[in-house]
Amino acid sequence: MTARVDAGRRRFLAISLTAAGALVVGIRRANAAPTPGVPPELLGDDLTDLGPFVRIERDNRIVIGARGCEIGQGVITSLPMLVAEELDVDWAQVRVVQLPYGYIDTDQGPSNRYGDQGAGGSTSVSDGWKDLREAGATARWLLVQAAAKEWGLPAEQLRTEAGEVLAPDGRKLSYGALARSAAAIAPPDQPVALKRPEQFRIIGKPTRVVDAREIVTGRSRFGIDEYAADALVAVILRCPYLDGALESFDDAETRKVAGVVDVVAIAGPKPGEPFDGPLASGVAVLAEHTWAALRGRELLKVQWKQGPWSGESSGALAARANELLDRNEGGTGVRHDGDYAKARKQARNVVEARYEVPFLAHATMEPPGALIEIKQDSARLVASLQSPGGASEMIARMTGLARKDIEVRMTRAGGGFGRRLENDFVAEAVLVAKAAGKPVKLMWTREDDLQHDFYRPFGVHALSATLDRRKQVSGWTHRCAATPRPYREGGGRKRPINTGCLEADDFPAGLVANLDKTFFAVESGMPRGWWRAPLHTFHAFAVQSFIDEIAIASKQDAVKLRLAMLGEPRKIPYSGHGGPQFDTGRLAEVLRRCAAKIGWGERRDDGHGIGIACHFTFGGYTAHAFEVSIEGRELRIHRAVCVVDVGRAVNPLGVEAQMMGGTIDGLSTALHLAITVKEGQVQQHNFPDYPLLRMAQAPRGVEVEIVASDADPVGAGEMGVPSVAPALANAVYAATTVRVRKLPLMPELMRML
Amino acid sequence: MPDQPAHATETADSADPAKPHPARPREPLQVTINGKPYFHDGDPAMPLLWFLRDTLRLTGSKFGCGIGNCGACTVLLDGKAMRACVLPMSVAATHQVTTIEGLEGDALHPVQQAWIEEDVAQCGYCQAGQVMAAVDLLKRKPKPSDDDIASIGNLCRCGTYPRIRKAILRAAELMQGERK
Ligand code: FES
Ligand code: FES
Repeated sequence: MTARVDAGRRRFLAISLTAAGALVVGIRRANAAPTPGVPPELLGDDLTDLGPFVRIERDNRIVIGARGCEIGQGVITSLPMLVAEELDVDWAQVRVVQLPYGYIDTDQGPSNRYGDQGAGGSTSVSDGWKDLREAGATARWLLVQAAAKEWGLPAEQLRTEAGEVLAPDGRKLSYGALARSAAAIAPPDQPVALKRPEQFRIIGKPTRVVDAREIVTGRSRFGIDEYAADALVAVILRCPYLDGALESFDDAETRKVAGVVDVVAIAGPKPGEPFDGPLASGVAVLAEHTWAALRGRELLKVQWKQGPWSGESSGALAARANELLDRNEGGTGVRHDGDYAKARKQARNVVEARYEVPFLAHATMEPPGALIEIKQDSARLVASLQSPGGASEMIARMTGLARKDIEVRMTRAGGGFGRRLENDFVAEAVLVAKAAGKPVKLMWTREDDLQHDFYRPFGVHALSATLDRRKQVSGWTHRCAATPRPYREGGGRKRPINTGCLEADDFPAGLVANLDKTFFAVESGMPRGWWRAPLHTFHAFAVQSFIDEIAIASKQDAVKLRLAMLGEPRKIPYSGHGGPQFDTGRLAEVLRRCAAKIGWGERRDDGHGIGIACHFTFGGYTAHAFEVSIEGRELRIHRAVCVVDVGRAVNPLGVEAQMMGGTIDGLSTALHLAITVKEGQVQQHNFPDYPLLRMAQAPRGVEVEIVASDADPVGAGEMGVPSVAPALANAVYAATTVRVRKLPLMPELMRML
Repeated sequence: MPDQPAHATETADSADPAKPHPARPREPLQVTINGKPYFHDGDPAMPLLWFLRDTLRLTGSKFGCGIGNCGACTVLLDGKAMRACVLPMSVAATHQVTTIEGLEGDALHPVQQAWIEEDVAQCGYCQAGQVMAAVDLLKRKPKPSDDDIASIGNLCRCGTYPRIRKAILRAAELMQGERK
């Protein structure tokens, strides 16, 4: 039995009954509402075909499908919470299952039965806030109707609680008992009313990770843990030169290794061509197990062609960026307000500084990898992903298979941070599997990962500010010279050159009358990608360090200066992701609370320094403060404070985890991490030269405060990072009067001290 | 298997560890993992991690660096935390190996229990290794100091360290309770 319901203009809910008598409610997007009046049976098999989204078993167990890619941001818990809330069940009754990628063909083109499944831009929760709650509420509505029929009572008199429908006279029916008749009921023709926040019993409750038990017992399966009976393990020796190529190779020794089965060459992209396949040329070793493949790879003798970037080095890139900024010609105007030149003429004070930020690798704890099986008329991918849709497209393009015949299964992923938004590793697995004619389990080592990433861009920010007689910031320029994030993107994608490096409306745009932002492109052969809160981690260090420098140069309090710049609480236009508005009052509030919590402005005589910063990221407002001291060559972080406003916190325990983790990621990265290039090769190989923070160097705790809010939730995965580096640099200045303007901070500080 | 060199190159090369180990009949190694004996007749230099994962499909021990740096592959060797990615089978064979899968008895180990209660995991990938390292620590130091806890050098890319600290203290309490 199948029926459909319009649930807004661009989506409809689909409801069906499984053979086992379970009520199934799914969501899919359509490009337009289905034609009214067409009986559901005539809409084709897609509707009856829906996989479970909410499933109510007859024994009243509630199974909720988690549609997102779980990369550590907690969506396997938070998204089902949204459904469960509106369904009105006890969280303890709920079992969560990971849904696969839900591709379907529709008359309107490709669609997804589960809605948006990617993990990027911290949007999972804000998307689910709409459609996932609707899915839960619609299922509840049907169950109530079924009970009303059963009892001959008007539905309005019934209420629900913990998976049961209750009549005014005390009679009860479990959802499980009602599922079959509920599924036979015509769905509502109007969207069903959602709960009022006062009625929430699950949303807003600290909730632990649903599959924690599997994780701590080792039963949880990540992409790397998937095997197929006849799959060969593949590792690839990739060209270490940017855009280099394979000249020749000798695999005689490799083939002698017991367990090695085959060796095949993999072609990389041609210089200048889009990155819509593998990232580099290479030689793949296929073996019966990982160790044989690794041993075999070590014994390969390969000659590489160096490619067009063999002269590229980090030093030259920095020199080039500074030269572009010095010459100040031919930049791309990103925003232009008022008349900066005039403001400068009239200024009482001008402050200028440049800040440098390095390339970064994602270094997901689980390296990239994929298990793929390609048959005559179908394919199956199991992997840790952030963009299952992109993976499906990639496989279709490379195999010629129809997308509906490509099964994509996401597992729990050992970190994402933006690395898995790319599917180059899927492309490699396809090529190797096609060459081998067998299923392939592609493994990446840490060396592969650090050497072949889509790196966070490198750049130099040149900032200047003018102050008027009343010490107010009257003019502002932000010029950024960087390796542009848009670089050889697949699918013919074109974005403005400043994307991901310099945003028109970011602070203090709209708050300073005379403001210019200009972008200069630095040519580089390094692949670039999205790295956790991409734009924001890239430039907040510069902007929020600079505010501190202005405060110091003009003898103002750094918190008061920020508050003065933010001005009256109001909403100003914000065209970037996280807009359309930026609320100055919400940013001021997290800043004020953060200052109060760390004890800003209190007199100290212990030599510790306190630094603070705040930033608006993707709709979330965050402030950080640190208390630090320098002991010998050690930087000690005595306190770490993070105050965040992400709207209503769906799972406060999860938001706290993201802020804690984001803070530590921010510290780890700001203190020690950089990817550098020399003679066209990435210089870092494994954790010893890309030293993530360990427990001994991390602050004991992160004091997280979540601002209570009725605003619709935004995600939390990325908001905890951007304000960390500037707050840290500001604290280091307070402790030492040394201003670090180049990341990573520790090597620079040690050089300057 | 195609073109297997079989026993052809046996003699001269086999003493040189840099050279591949040709397939030849050798005494299989016997390893005890989670109390059960297993045989390994492949390369004795193969790290234990790949035997656990590829052969036994005990995938709880993870691969993070392959050089003994990150701790994602931590197992217990006679109760002591060791990094399985750099532990040759020939060495593992003479000891009792416990993996994350073997930690649970009738109930969860107190460290596992504490990990759930403190909601430690984010991506979860490092956590099996962290749990094994904590089990080893608490055996040596039933009342660990902050510095003792920080001596655990396992990496967590997600930054769960503060909750790991709390979970270890909680586990210490749970174990204290058990002893009474
Ligand atoms: S994988 Fe063994 S220590 Fe990193
Ligand atoms: S929880 Fe993700 S690496 Fe530790």
